[in-house]
Amino acid sequence: MEKSVKVSRPFVDDLKHTAFLWKKSRLTMIGSVIIVIFLLMAAFAPLIAPYSPTEQNLSNKLRSPSWQHLFGTDQFGRDIFSRVITGSRIALWIIFLVSVISGSIGIIVGVTAGYFGGIVDEILMRITDMFLAFPSLVLAMAFAAMLGPNLTNTIIAISIVSWTTYARLARAEAIKVKSQPYIEAIRSVGGGNLRIMFLHVLPMCISPVLVQLTLRMGTIILTAASLGFLGLGVQPPTPEWGAMVSDGRNFLIDQWWISTFPGIFIAFVVLGFNLLGDGVRDMLDPRLRR
Amino acid sequence: MELRGKLLDVSGLKVSFYTYRGVIKALDGVEMWMDSGERLGVVGETGCGKSVTSLAVMRLIEQPGEIQAGRVIFNGKSLLELPEEGMNRVRGGEMSMIFQEPRSALNPVMKVGFQIGEAIAKAKKISIKKTYPEAKEMLRLVGLDPDRVLNSYPHELSGGMSQRVMIGMGLATHPKLLIADEPTSALDVTIQAQILELLDELARKMGNAVLLITHDMGVVAEFCDKVMVMYAGHSVEYASTVRLFEKPMHPYTGGLLLAVPRVGRTDELKAIKGTVPDLVDPPPGCRFHPRCPHVMELCRTSKPPLIQVEPGHYVACYLYGDKKEVREDV
Amino acid sequence: MVIVLFGVACIVFFIANVIPADPIGAILGGNAPPEAIDRLRTRLGYDQPLIIRFGKFISGAVRGDFGVSLKTSNPVMKDIMNYFPATMELAIVAIIISIILGITLGVLSAVHRNKAIDQFSRVFSILGVSMPVFWIGLLLLLIFYFRLDWLPGGGRLGFFTFPPPRVTGMYLLDSAIAGQWDTFKEALMHILLPAFVLGYNATASIARITRASMLDVLRQDFIRTAKSKGLRKNVVIYRHALRNSMIPTITIIGLVFGGLLEGAVLTETVFSWPGLGRYITTGMLFLDYPAVMGGTLYIAFIYSIANLIVDILYALLDPRMRM
Repeated sequence: MEKSVKVSRPFVDDLKHTAFLWKKSRLTMIGSVIIVIFLLMAAFAPLIAPYSPTEQNLSNKLRSPSWQHLFGTDQFGRDIFSRVITGSRIALWIIFLVSVISGSIGIIVGVTAGYFGGIVDEILMRITDMFLAFPSLVLAMAFAAMLGPNLTNTIIAISIVSWTTYARLARAEAIKVKSQPYIEAIRSVGGGNLRIMFLHVLPMCISPVLVQLTLRMGTIILTAASLGFLGLGVQPPTPEWGAMVSDGRNFLIDQWWISTFPGIFIAFVVLGFNLLGDGVRDMLDPRLRR
Repeated sequence: MELRGKLLDVSGLKVSFYTYRGVIKALDGVEMWMDSGERLGVVGETGCGKSVTSLAVMRLIEQPGEIQAGRVIFNGKSLLELPEEGMNRVRGGEMSMIFQEPRSALNPVMKVGFQIGEAIAKAKKISIKKTYPEAKEMLRLVGLDPDRVLNSYPHELSGGMSQRVMIGMGLATHPKLLIADEPTSALDVTIQAQILELLDELARKMGNAVLLITHDMGVVAEFCDKVMVMYAGHSVEYASTVRLFEKPMHPYTGGLLLAVPRVGRTDELKAIKGTVPDLVDPPPGCRFHPRCPHVMELCRTSKPPLIQVEPGHYVACYLYGDKKEVREDV
Repeated sequence: MVIVLFGVACIVFFIANVIPADPIGAILGGNAPPEAIDRLRTRLGYDQPLIIRFGKFISGAVRGDFGVSLKTSNPVMKDIMNYFPATMELAIVAIIISIILGITLGVLSAVHRNKAIDQFSRVFSILGVSMPVFWIGLLLLLIFYFRLDWLPGGGRLGFFTFPPPRVTGMYLLDSAIAGQWDTFKEALMHILLPAFVLGYNATASIARITRASMLDVLRQDFIRTAKSKGLRKNVVIYRHALRNSMIPTITIIGLVFGGLLEGAVLTETVFSWPGLGRYITTGMLFLDYPAVMGGTLYIAFIYSIANLIVDILYALLDPRMRM
């Protein structure tokens, strides 16, 4: 009896394999779960938080964690649990906007540099180098301080220091795509530069940039929290996690909870992004896809 | 049990790899043997398990692979039962191996002389510095300029030169057996000839046996005394080279020879019908049976053992022998 | 590199002079009378057109003159030189700790893959990269100082101790040179915690990269060749694999050095460490423009040099790059 040849369906098999790898890596699963929790927390914050994050209640100040106040209260009598939960919204907002802004700038600069090459490339890359000559936090601090510390400017400042990574990535992809024969073909039938750039080159660059964006989401939160901690970011009474950690510094000895809980959440979310990002990167690495 | 080969005797070797797709039954009872000074060629298509066999003999099979069963007797020692330390003494000492891609098989950040010296130092238990005169001698033997090459890095050498270095490194400890895993496959045709000549010359000088793994029948014809043909993890035929080419017995060997161009051949090249089986789910019985033009009912259910059909000529096929030794497929 | 630094200077100038609304008003406070603001502006030269101010800035920067700090009234360069050694000392100790710890953990992890040490190291690494530096600092401060009282809580030396005679400005070196071993011990105790905290991210990154790189190298062909020569496992790992796997590690060390400069800003704030990071932070909070411009430019300069050194090291390690 002849054995029939198995019909291979590469795309579906590939997806199945991806799903298999996803489930198999415990750490990636944990990361995904954490992120899902984070998203849910941010989405339903007002429903979850028992108290208002900004309402002061001086008679209730500096209470240690209890059933009424899961994370205790701070020096103004505000419930820390509610503040932390609300803080997740701010964190999410920052991540989202920074990613969109820096990703867009990065892709555009990168594709332009990679596609046109020559002097355009030189200039754009020098500019990128200039931004990269600073440790990113320091530069973000400088921008945030000068623009005036608040939420919007924090987002702007972090975007400014983040776009360079994506620019380099997009440029590398653009260079690869540029030399493909099918680009020649399009040009030979009259396709203009702009059209080629946006319709053909740019879409190819989106995927690696997206992966990198995911990997860097943790860093974005850390930078925002650092700015908040130093006083150069989101200002009180807005419950940004970094600023909250700084708030509790003076009370560290006896009221440790004011600084500790926001910090735990920062670590928690960043951990989630890191695990997820690692997993995604491992999954896409062709050598490890065994 | 009597040994068929005085230097090396492999019987019933089974190796499997545990992957996400399932268990790849790479080797399913391989038989192989050689005498001292002999040259055995192991021939087969890509994926038939020739390299795995040699790695298994050297006990270099690593996760996710595992040697499941078998017996390997080398120079009187049962290799599969040796403790790791003992095996380390054998490796690089009495038995050494050279690989297909010479440039990636050498450590890129170490000088070539050091890498050769290392092998000698380990065998003679002296410091590496003291091995340099001998290393230089090896380089000269393999046809390289010792002073220039000793202090070079692998990326500074051409493919052919790197392979010569590897040969020098492999023979530096005067092993009894040199395993050469497709040593010429990554090289230009002209360099191929040179390397084979070099192996030939050195084997004659130093008296070592050579286990040559290749997919090229031409190389076998030129270099090897005896041949073992492999298919899908099975040993299917074993004979002297001359006899194999004169009278190939296994249908697969016949198919191989018909598919290879040869000087003087005027008839059409014939490809063997079908494709190599998936080793996660191999065909039961004789693994070649789906492609065999002479397939019988028996072939579908049980694996034919390797039996001697004429002196020195063994085949694993139910077309030969008296079908008394019917083995159940494990 | 000169072009880049020039561009850097442009950015710095841009930040400090083009963006903010009114620096002078901020310095004097909201209630200052307009005439005082104007007078100060003229005195500090802020009434001149941008181009002239930029020219002055660049010419000054090249000579190392960043103007005078609005807060401390010292020339900014003098302030920088005062505070920089403290940061350098912290960074150096931090990186030494992280290289030793990081590489050790990374190698052990790779060699004993999936066993206990590997799991611990991976958890440590991943936490280390996820936790904010300032939070780790506060937490460790809470544990080791406030609760256990094992290590001092801030500053470079105890309140009553005099710093050693200044040779480099780095207390550990200076006290060793002067033979003041008590001071040395005290400086060491004070630097341990902040250096470990500062280096925590770096340790984690180094461990991760070393592990990944080792695993990668151990898969390579030449490792198989080394094994086929019958070399012992340890020899294979330490002689053959390690040097090859160090290449990405060196790159990471270069990268994390930049992270150290950033982390210094945060660590110095937490541990009240009188270094450049804290100087800049204070400058930014109080809108001390000359300090901010000078300090930021200086940091960018140091950062670029560090990257250059890494490139050189890289070339030394991998002979393939020496062409």
